[in-house]
Amino acid sequence: MSTKASLDRRDFLIGGVALGVGGVSAAAVHDGELGGPPQVFHGSVPWQEGTADAPPEASGSQYEYFTPTEAAFIEAAVGRLIPDDPVGPGAVEANVPFFLDHQLAGPFGRGDHYYLGGPWPKGTPEQGYQSRYSPAQLYRAAITAIDAYVGTHLGSPAFARLAPADQDKVLKGLESGEIALDNGVDSKSFFAMLLQNTKEGYFSDPIYGGNKDMAAWKMIGFPGAHYDYKEWVSRHGERVPYPTVGFKGRPGWRKA
Amino acid sequence: MTTTLTPVDAVLVGFGWTGAIMGQQLCDAGLNVVALERGPWRDTATDFATGFAQDELRYMWRHHLFQNVSDDTLTIRNNVNQEALPMRHLGSFLLGTGVGSGGVHWNGQIWRFLPTDFLTRSHNQQRYGKKAVSDYDMTVQDWGITYDELEPHYDQFDKVCGTSGKAGNLRGKIQPGGNPFEGARANEYPTPPMSQTYGPTLFGKAAAELGRHPFPHPTGNLSEAYTNPLGAQLGACTYCGFCEKFGCGNYSKASPQTTILPYLMQKSNFTLKTECEVLRVELSPDRKRATGVTYVNSAGEEFFQPAEMVILSAYVLQNVRLLLLSGIGKPYDPKTGEGVVGKNYAYQTMSSVNVFFDDKIINPFIGAGALATVIDDFNGDNFDHSGLGFIGGAYIAGMVTGGRPIEMIYTPEGTPNWGLEWKHAAAKNYLRSFSLSIHGSCMSARGNYLDLDPTYRDIHGRPMLRMTFDFTGNDHKMSDYLTDRAAEVARAMNPREIKLNRRTGAWNVVPYQTTHNTGGAIMGDNPRNSVVNKYLQTWDVPNVFSMGAGAFPQNAGYNPTATLAALAYYSAAAIKSQYLKAPGPLVRT
Repeated sequence: MSTKASLDRRDFLIGGVALGVGGVSAAAVHDGELGGPPQVFHGSVPWQEGTADAPPEASGSQYEYFTPTEAAFIEAAVGRLIPDDPVGPGAVEANVPFFLDHQLAGPFGRGDHYYLGGPWPKGTPEQGYQSRYSPAQLYRAAITAIDAYVGTHLGSPAFARLAPADQDKVLKGLESGEIALDNGVDSKSFFAMLLQNTKEGYFSDPIYGGNKDMAAWKMIGFPGAHYDYKEWVSRHGERVPYPTVGFKGRPGWRKA
Repeated sequence: MTTTLTPVDAVLVGFGWTGAIMGQQLCDAGLNVVALERGPWRDTATDFATGFAQDELRYMWRHHLFQNVSDDTLTIRNNVNQEALPMRHLGSFLLGTGVGSGGVHWNGQIWRFLPTDFLTRSHNQQRYGKKAVSDYDMTVQDWGITYDELEPHYDQFDKVCGTSGKAGNLRGKIQPGGNPFEGARANEYPTPPMSQTYGPTLFGKAAAELGRHPFPHPTGNLSEAYTNPLGAQLGACTYCGFCEKFGCGNYSKASPQTTILPYLMQKSNFTLKTECEVLRVELSPDRKRATGVTYVNSAGEEFFQPAEMVILSAYVLQNVRLLLLSGIGKPYDPKTGEGVVGKNYAYQTMSSVNVFFDDKIINPFIGAGALATVIDDFNGDNFDHSGLGFIGGAYIAGMVTGGRPIEMIYTPEGTPNWGLEWKHAAAKNYLRSFSLSIHGSCMSARGNYLDLDPTYRDIHGRPMLRMTFDFTGNDHKMSDYLTDRAAEVARAMNPREIKLNRRTGAWNVVPYQTTHNTGGAIMGDNPRNSVVNKYLQTWDVPNVFSMGAGAFPQNAGYNPTATLAALAYYSAAAIKSQYLKAPGPLVRT
């Protein structure tokens, strides 16, 4: 997936700068919102060309964070959370594992928007996330602990090797908290994060690596990142015929 | 080492809505003003251009425009018997940061509180008896200001924003098509209401059939192009469905950036410094006067900014924390009920009803932050509460702010959260469902308050703010009653089915509810019951003013922005007309 080879409308709209500079450096500058230099503004509305805060694109096609064992778990698990069938893509078919991997390899995985300082008592459910782990650390610790649980209780070397029905049972046990995990992992917390991140990968803009071919959007009827629906506001009950579009446009916009 | 800077007339701590309003007002009065904002500069073209503004993952779920809690958060608990722990990730409320702050990523829902909302204690006690205002350990108070005093300043904010809506009460005369319950307004809205999409239209029809009084939600997402009194130009909203949690790339949502900054930033007597966090307000030895503020920038350099006036214009939680850290006012003690700083923290009691159709295409992605048809029949004291066992109420809105698919897919009762059944329900219902929002009041109570945490500290070594909060029995009863009223309207729309999402259990920090935190620096008519007087001037240190919803003694069933903006304009008017001539207390005790 190359953006530099073709200049599409979105590139043009955002000055060609952000995507041209490359997602990685944009992420390094902008994600986290900490540590920008102090600035003084006096007498004018500041504006600087070439600084558009465009989103960082997930690049490449290889896993950057997951080990092969972790990748096997993730592909099996998200395939059960959102299975494939003729109604619409499964999470694996939508490229969610790749999305998750790249999220965990970046600012989200590092916990750039989490407070992780101590002390770390367990807390009440109402107090929310109370782990010392960043999301990437939590995935790593949880996957190891789940495979250990599967080995002890289900006699299989890994979650990924279980039959789908048994995988569902394990996932339900994590969701309800009935399955207790080692490594200090709160099973409910991890399941909630995994499910949330899976839906994020399924329904977010394809630049982040998931929602392949915008198929999840097409399944539900969300036309994507259109910016003007004025014409349709008063046309009650009609299907909006706009083709599905992402930040990088849609296939018809680009030269082959 | 702390570097002492050249003195200024006024320093603004935080640069969102109230900072921008006070900056403009005080600069126009000829004062030298410096604003200190702990987050970055933000402008439409750079930070939320239309080419990438509609990004649900980045803005909503990765918190790109929100306060980063990694180096400074607050601690939370439901009651004094629990140990408060850090809010490690944003959830229930989404704090702003940076220039414009929450004013950048709000929905633009512009409401005035009812005249009786300013008289919560006296009005309800008179009509329903003393128990009605003291049950559940409630500590509700009158505001010490009236709707009529604030009306010109609500009007001022409407004109700055270009608010789109239809008046329901013009100078005492009820107007068809507007909210008949609202306080009298001097003027019609600056721009006409937005066009309503299918969902809100169905809601309005059903509500009218039930004898309710539907009207279009007043909104800062503009129905047409508008130029405000400061010369700032806003464009017509395109209904893209990305308002709340997002910046508007189209200059269609009222924000400091679209309404005030184009004017203020060019003033020669105004200076803005970003990435500068105020650590505390410095006081004179007798603690009766502020000498300025100490701040640290993102390079780690510390400065003392001397100032004749200190305006706390950060978010409510930061303002209260700075008052506590600086020793301004007596901290509240829930055991004795004494002290005032941190007292009467309140929130918003939200619930919803999802409506599912088989035969109607709702197209939820055609939306805007305040695109809704609303009924106000059960808000405040617009209805008889006799025998109901609660005070307060909510507006009920058939609202379509957007159809962002990670956040806003509704599935019927009993649908699992994952698996094929979930996927099929998502595919079937996304286009054919929407939600009614029940936006309820939250009454203050003895055990709900803000103070400094004994354990957790921020990156500067300062104690974090500690929030102790739970919904009271009053709020639960109110919310249940209101959710039932919303369900009546939902059923009258003849849907296939509905789903009630009641507000149950203790307050939980995880699911998003609303960023309408109030109280802790409340206003009142004397220093024993409040932190600030009606002009938002602190009783203890008269050259310190505390802006924002921290001044609300309890929260009404409306979004707070217009009221906190009106209070800021009211404060600015008093500063200009009285305080500058004779600096000192504006209310004698």
